[in-house]
Amino acid sequence: MASLELGTLVADPSTIDQPFRADVPVTRRRRQIRWGRGVILVLAAAYFIVPFYAAMAFSLQKPTGGFSLTPLSQIASAPGFISALWLSTQMAVITMAGVMLLMVPTVIYVHLRMPRFRRVMEVITILPIIIPPIAYATGVLESAPAWLRSSQYLLAIVYVILAMPYVYRSLDSGLGALDLKTLVEASRSLGSGWISTIWRVLVPNLRSALMSASVLTIALVFGEFTIANVDNWTTLPVWIYNAPTTDNPRITTLVAMVALLATCVVLTLIVTLDRSQSRNSRRS
Amino acid sequence: MALATDSLTTIGSDSQSLGGAPVVFDNLTRRFGATTALDRLSLDIAPGELVALLGPSGCGKTTALRVLAGFDRPDNGRVLVDGKDVSHVPAQRRDMGMVFQSYSLFPNMNARDNVAFGLQIRHQRASQRRAKASELLDLVGLADHVTKYPHQLSGGQQQRVALARALAIEPRVLLLDEPLSALDAKVRAELRDQIRALQQRLAITTVFVTHDQEEAMSMADRVCVMLQGRVEQVATPSVLYSQPATPFVGQFVGVSSRVAVTRHGDHVEVLGREVPIRGDLNAVPAGELEALLRPEDLNVVVNPSGLGVVTHRSFLGATTRIGVGIAGANLRVDVRSTHADDLELGTRVDVSVNARDVLVTTPRPTN
Repeated sequence: MASLELGTLVADPSTIDQPFRADVPVTRRRRQIRWGRGVILVLAAAYFIVPFYAAMAFSLQKPTGGFSLTPLSQIASAPGFISALWLSTQMAVITMAGVMLLMVPTVIYVHLRMPRFRRVMEVITILPIIIPPIAYATGVLESAPAWLRSSQYLLAIVYVILAMPYVYRSLDSGLGALDLKTLVEASRSLGSGWISTIWRVLVPNLRSALMSASVLTIALVFGEFTIANVDNWTTLPVWIYNAPTTDNPRITTLVAMVALLATCVVLTLIVTLDRSQSRNSRRS
Repeated sequence: MALATDSLTTIGSDSQSLGGAPVVFDNLTRRFGATTALDRLSLDIAPGELVALLGPSGCGKTTALRVLAGFDRPDNGRVLVDGKDVSHVPAQRRDMGMVFQSYSLFPNMNARDNVAFGLQIRHQRASQRRAKASELLDLVGLADHVTKYPHQLSGGQQQRVALARALAIEPRVLLLDEPLSALDAKVRAELRDQIRALQQRLAITTVFVTHDQEEAMSMADRVCVMLQGRVEQVATPSVLYSQPATPFVGQFVGVSSRVAVTRHGDHVEVLGREVPIRGDLNAVPAGELEALLRPEDLNVVVNPSGLGVVTHRSFLGATTRIGVGIAGANLRVDVRSTHADDLELGTRVDVSVNARDVLVTTPRPTN
């Protein structure tokens, strides 16, 4: 190559090194992949946005044509809406607290002391997904003691069980990313008891896992219909389902869409907050 | 990384007068199913002493340390610290600082918060915690890294923070579980010296687990060589090297060559010379025997009609290690590098023994 003149190199492509020429098909493949991704993204976005737009248009369209935000102001005054929203919020908070108190120590214990039991845990925690909600609701109502049957806490207990598959998997992957044994032993050697170790060392390092578990639990509680309906509790989804028979269907559709939008906003906020906190904690 | 000697003086004298506690392993046994990890292990460690537990993988050294730390419980036997039986005291109440093999810093805390963690558990005031943590980080040469998080520190720096964290709680016993094994050679050597200097200055009783004999020999006051859950020998590094009590110690510690020998009463004939047998003659097995010879127990001289042939040579700095094939044995001999020029591969040589006595054992089983 050293003996070749510059002009020869430019004029004769065969003298150019092969690895350089090999880049051409790779670039084309990358471009194809990028196009493929774009198409999938557009289709997925359309799948979600078109029905959402249709529902919003149905709710906000004026009979005379055009759109109006007036129906939004009518939501709060819709009969039963506030109590349904409040019940769903209560259920979400109680369920989240219950499932975390139950699952965090359990999953940590299984990881530390019974690692072979993890497969069994995976099977156990997936049962709430496998069992049909109607069968599950009937079973729970039949077997629950009478004093609990009339309490909204029964619904929360059921939701704790329903949330288990999602919470277990989030925590399991979060703990899997930590050197759990060493962290726990380091903490204990420094004088920290179990509760302190979980609270001061493990929970802060499981923040992302806990955050995603919380997000999934909230989404589950605000979306669950079957069990609440069978158990005669008017949660938000039950109110949305029942309201059209007695009230303006435009309002209930609008509530459903606003609830969906609010959930998306809350989830986005939580995830963004978590990311920014993670970034801050890593900054010196 | 040099030690911050000013801080060392301060901490060693007033704010942190540690002092060590005596530790006793009393007849400890620990079984995992059919495996006996500790088999009636007994060991006395004096206050302020650094004892290294040395042995091959699975010899029980880490189990012994974990039992001492309180992370594991013995099936039989006791652990005494300062004369008190702590066998059933939970780990968090033993007041033992520990540095782990894997980087054990809490990822959500910066270096200072990591060091101050044990003080926070002990309800010390925030200002005191911060001051002491900064002092200790200065002591381990990380004064400029107090606000850095573990992922921003190198492996060596993380282990120094872990050491500062372990010392912050003013433990009476310091436990080191192969803390250097994940580090590169240069950092390992630096940190080794740093740990030893700190340990000596603070006079803290230290138990150091390692499978690296160089680390054990260079750092420890005494080395406890373990095999299959038992103590093979506990001795100072020099005694361990020069007077191994068992063939396993002779082979595991340092380098040795095996040569077939013939026994004549209390002597054996090694390479044509009668040499006394070391140790208890009644313990010498019957039948075929081999002597274990250190590289410095042998001399090599160039002789065109000699029986040995140079098969290998490694430059080690001041000395060069020569491999000599002779009468079916492969001997390793150390010669001064300035005298090694004429010992090229293939050179015929004579080998002689200059040892005062030798350790003998049965030949290795052949496959």
